[in-house]
Amino acid sequence: MMQTVHERAEALKRLAATRILVLDGAMGTMIQRLKLTEADFRGERFKDWPRDLKGNNDLLILTKPDAVEAIHREYFEAGADIVETNTFSSTTIAQADYGMEALAYELNYEGARIARRAADKVAAETGRPRFVAGAIGPTNRTASISPDVNNPGFRAITFDELRTAYAEATRGLIDGGADAILIETIFDTLNAKAAVAAVEDVFEEKGVELPVMISGTITDLSGRTLSGQTPTAFWYSLRHAKPFSIGLNCALGAKEMRGHIDEIGRVADTLVCAYPNAGLPNEFGEYDESPAAMAKLVGEFAQSGLVNIVGGCCGTTPDHIHAIAEAVKGVAPRAVPKIEPRLRLSGLEPFVGAA
Amino acid sequence: MTTPTASFVNIGERTNVTGSAKFRKLITAGDYGAALDVAREQVANGAQILDVNMDEGLLDSEKAMVTFLNLLAAEPDIARVPIMIDSSKWSVIEAGLKCVQGKPIVNSISMKEGEGPFREQARKLRRYGAAVVVMAFDEKGQADTFQRKTEICARAYRILVDEIGYPAEDIIFDPNVFAVATGIEEHNNYGVDFIEATRWIRSNLPHAHVSGGVSNLSFSFRGNETVRAAMHSVFLYHAIAVGMDMGIVNAGALPVYDDIEPELRELCEDVVLNRRPDATERLLEAASKFKGDGGQKKEADLAWREWPVDKRLEHALVAGITDFIEIDTEEARARSTRPLDVIEGPLMAGMNVVGDLFGAGKMFLPQVVKSARVMKQAVAYLMPFMEAEKARLGDAGTSSAGKILLATVKGDVHDIGKNIVGVVLQCNNFEVIDLGVMVPATKILAVAREQKVDVIGLSGLITPSLDEMCHVAAEMEREGFDVPLLIGGATTSKVHTAVKIHPNYARGQAVYVLDASRAVGVASSLLGRDKGAYVAEVQADYVRIAEAHARGQEAKRRLSLADARADALKLDWSAYRPTQPSFLGTRLFADYPIAELVPYIDWTPFFATWEIKGTYPILFEDEKVGAAARALFNDAQSMLAKMVEERWLTANGVVGFWRANAVGDDIALYADDTRTGEIARLHTLRQQIARSTEKRRHVALSDFVAPRDSGVADYVGGFAVTTGIGEEVIAERFNRANDDYSKILSQALADRLAEAFAERLHQRVRRELWGYAADETLSNADLIRETYAGIRPAPGYPAQPDHTEKRTLFDLLDAERAAGIQLTESYAMWPGSSVSGLYIGHPESFYFGVGKIEADQAADYAARKGWTLAEAERWLAPVLNYDPLRAVAAE
Repeated sequence: MMQTVHERAEALKRLAATRILVLDGAMGTMIQRLKLTEADFRGERFKDWPRDLKGNNDLLILTKPDAVEAIHREYFEAGADIVETNTFSSTTIAQADYGMEALAYELNYEGARIARRAADKVAAETGRPRFVAGAIGPTNRTASISPDVNNPGFRAITFDELRTAYAEATRGLIDGGADAILIETIFDTLNAKAAVAAVEDVFEEKGVELPVMISGTITDLSGRTLSGQTPTAFWYSLRHAKPFSIGLNCALGAKEMRGHIDEIGRVADTLVCAYPNAGLPNEFGEYDESPAAMAKLVGEFAQSGLVNIVGGCCGTTPDHIHAIAEAVKGVAPRAVPKIEPRLRLSGLEPFVGAA
Repeated sequence: MTTPTASFVNIGERTNVTGSAKFRKLITAGDYGAALDVAREQVANGAQILDVNMDEGLLDSEKAMVTFLNLLAAEPDIARVPIMIDSSKWSVIEAGLKCVQGKPIVNSISMKEGEGPFREQARKLRRYGAAVVVMAFDEKGQADTFQRKTEICARAYRILVDEIGYPAEDIIFDPNVFAVATGIEEHNNYGVDFIEATRWIRSNLPHAHVSGGVSNLSFSFRGNETVRAAMHSVFLYHAIAVGMDMGIVNAGALPVYDDIEPELRELCEDVVLNRRPDATERLLEAASKFKGDGGQKKEADLAWREWPVDKRLEHALVAGITDFIEIDTEEARARSTRPLDVIEGPLMAGMNVVGDLFGAGKMFLPQVVKSARVMKQAVAYLMPFMEAEKARLGDAGTSSAGKILLATVKGDVHDIGKNIVGVVLQCNNFEVIDLGVMVPATKILAVAREQKVDVIGLSGLITPSLDEMCHVAAEMEREGFDVPLLIGGATTSKVHTAVKIHPNYARGQAVYVLDASRAVGVASSLLGRDKGAYVAEVQADYVRIAEAHARGQEAKRRLSLADARADALKLDWSAYRPTQPSFLGTRLFADYPIAELVPYIDWTPFFATWEIKGTYPILFEDEKVGAAARALFNDAQSMLAKMVEERWLTANGVVGFWRANAVGDDIALYADDTRTGEIARLHTLRQQIARSTEKRRHVALSDFVAPRDSGVADYVGGFAVTTGIGEEVIAERFNRANDDYSKILSQALADRLAEAFAERLHQRVRRELWGYAADETLSNADLIRETYAGIRPAPGYPAQPDHTEKRTLFDLLDAERAAGIQLTESYAMWPGSSVSGLYIGHPESFYFGVGKIEADQAADYAARKGWTLAEAERWLAPVLNYDPLRAVAAE
């Protein structure tokens, strides 16, 4: 059943109107379990690469494609409707740490192809449509925060540099067969705004339009992003992207995320997506919330009408996703509220003008 | 503050190199540290948006913009507000857009170079995500006349909204403020052109806003700041009234419209509104007279001025006199070691006298609010000294009796009562954080946590707010709060608090507060040493009430809906010939003369607002409250006179009549005389109370309208009126002047005027517009007693308790667009001083209360409204005779 990008996007939107969709869990956690060596990461192609490559998880797309596909498949089988491509760091900017800037397009293209393959196979086997979200990570640089405390006006990256890098990643993801673009783990909203601009640039260039999912991250219990915005301010900054979904992932466990997701759900006139970590890290820095415990919390999100899409981030596994999928099964998705048109601006905090 | 109700957004000019010489010098000297301090000060002083402009010939504007915005991003106390990226150069704008993570405003783009570049820039802006100021400027130049301004703005709007998909609410038009009184005759109408263009834009280009740079207006009076400021104040007063909602204004320097010397104000108004051909000469002639003295009114001296300063302060507080408060406060401060000593010494002593008198029933609420005004102005005077001392010595805070957060809940706009409670608490040394109206739970909780408040107080007037209060209580429970929760407002009750709110908040304690005078006692008990005993007492009381309520529910048997319908009121339609209204469809009464409404004011509720009980006018004779009532009435009369004369408020109303017939318990409205095409359906609810006598029927509003099968061509009407357009501006103006008394007085009067407007229009409906009682001659007292024929029941009130019916009524009337009255998510009307309802003309119709209804009617009503049962139970919660949760559990 070959469908066009457009048809698949429409199918995704229709499905989201009928039930809560399930996103996959952590890729990193699953890769860690494989206990891969430096040689595994290098494979044949990069055996002479001048820098250490262990830890460049995205590179496994090229050197261990079967392992990556197997993880996607496990998540689909656990009940995920959507998997994310393994391309969190596949931008020229993030790959610069390994000297692999030139591979950015290829990583995104192949990353999307692998996930597409897994999706199509499982869809054919189960008769249930499965989707691929092309993941765009935040990069390791911030456009509105200086890395140098003595020079607060300095920037290690500019909006235009990010826009160029994100556009390249987007091209790869679309060409490789992604159904949606997921701009995720946003800790600096200016990075995300560059990503939104880049994605729209590429849509215009290719004459296609995919659903765009946006997911920020609240980094501490103060309830703000790393760059200091409140959840509502974050939404106002990105509402112009008319995203398919807005939400939060990573950094906090479901318990700590709840209030912030609730806040976003009250102001956003689009779908809400939440994929928290498996709790807060323990004293060893591990995420150890059990599938049952996490599913109970995420299930409550669903029962309370807070969410349309749920999944897991750091520390979550197919068992978590299975438990979460069971917990939200049959629960009505959040009703998208109608938001009154007013001048809505933001700095770190939201501003609402008169009607 | 970023409340959605802030109707005029003031954008400062201090971080604008074209507007501030100081800032320009700092930037050209590269002193960005000091430049940031300017921004910080602006935000600390309440700037809601920070305008950044680097358009200076000698500067690399792009680089300066980027440097400043990047530095600013590192300062959370500045960066919390949105930025306005202000430049006439596109390259500078685009450079700025790449530096801000928030959603900014771009100021500005225009069609100066044609539609092509305008489109291109707009498309790019949409991709960056920004609101935009559009100058009324095209290839031919800047628009000067009404015609040109509106033509260009309309063209730009169509391109932005229709072609590019720009959100209309993100568009702000700047129709160009030009200098008036220049001596050139063609310039005389520029003020009027701007104001009229503003009015046109706000009513013809939905959701778009209007802004302007006000200082241009008075360019010909350079050097005479008094006259300039007066001109700006007058101009803004009129422009804001017609919908200007944003502006570049040095607000701190502007006199309050009312405080401008009347002669000067008159002269300025003549110029700004182009009221007479010699306006310019007259203002020029008089200008020198006003130079530099601030143009304020002065008043005569009195004997108490000879007393020692502490006594003078006490007298000023008790008598509510603000005229000398700054002089006296300064005198006390000069004698004290620290400014705080003045507050904790003579001022608190004076307020204690006020508190004692109030407690003893010798002072009344209006007087206490006046005392609070004096106190507030004294403290405002001392603030800069305390700040300076704090900067010198580090923090040395005052001790307050406790910190109390007050908010009118989400969906509700009414805040007169809440404002009074705030004032009374402040008088008693509580620190009050007032979040305003329409405040969502998340914000209440966030501020409560951040500010570590000791008590949260919620207010609401309409019934859906009850539900929202339950929600806030549940959220407090869930988020681990344990501070006391006070519940107040017209719709709240001890029973509702005990039965619905209290169980949601086990960790803390919800307490119902009957009125403002109880608030201090409750708050003090909850924060005092005997809190435990007090809470135990409240809880015991609530358990009793809940039990009594539960018993009452079982005891109060109701009729089934079928039986109630069988007992419906059956009027004799065979002989009834309804009068046909003078028009069908709607008619707008825009800018209705307020003077005409004044005689229709029902004053008794006005006094009740101020907690003076009794019927007008006999309450003036009351031994205890008579004098206070008289003084309040005098203040009200003089403010009312100003309101009318100076047009503080705009009154808009819309009336409609439609062909109608009852269909079951509903009323169907028809498009034409065939009465086949239904244009809307009004839903009504039927009484189900079980009565011992057979005399009174089980009524629904639909009983008063001829049924479809009677063949009688009947009609119903509807209306929505407001006198609240402008009330926020006035309230905010008094707020800025630390004058709660005038603020609450103005709100209470606006509220009364709205009711008076409804009364007056209803009279006109009976006599002429519908005309079924053309010969009616009733006095105002008769009107208040409702002796007229026909009724005007309001959705949300006893005869039809469902607030959501307002939606249907508003759509029929097009009330939002036509009269400027909005509905919130809880169906409160905004502005708050608004009234709406139906007109039913049958002479035997009467006001009644539906009372409690049963599950069968809730289900039937849900089906008729196209709701789920849960939705029906949510909106009808206050009138359900059963507990939906318990009903489920019992199944």
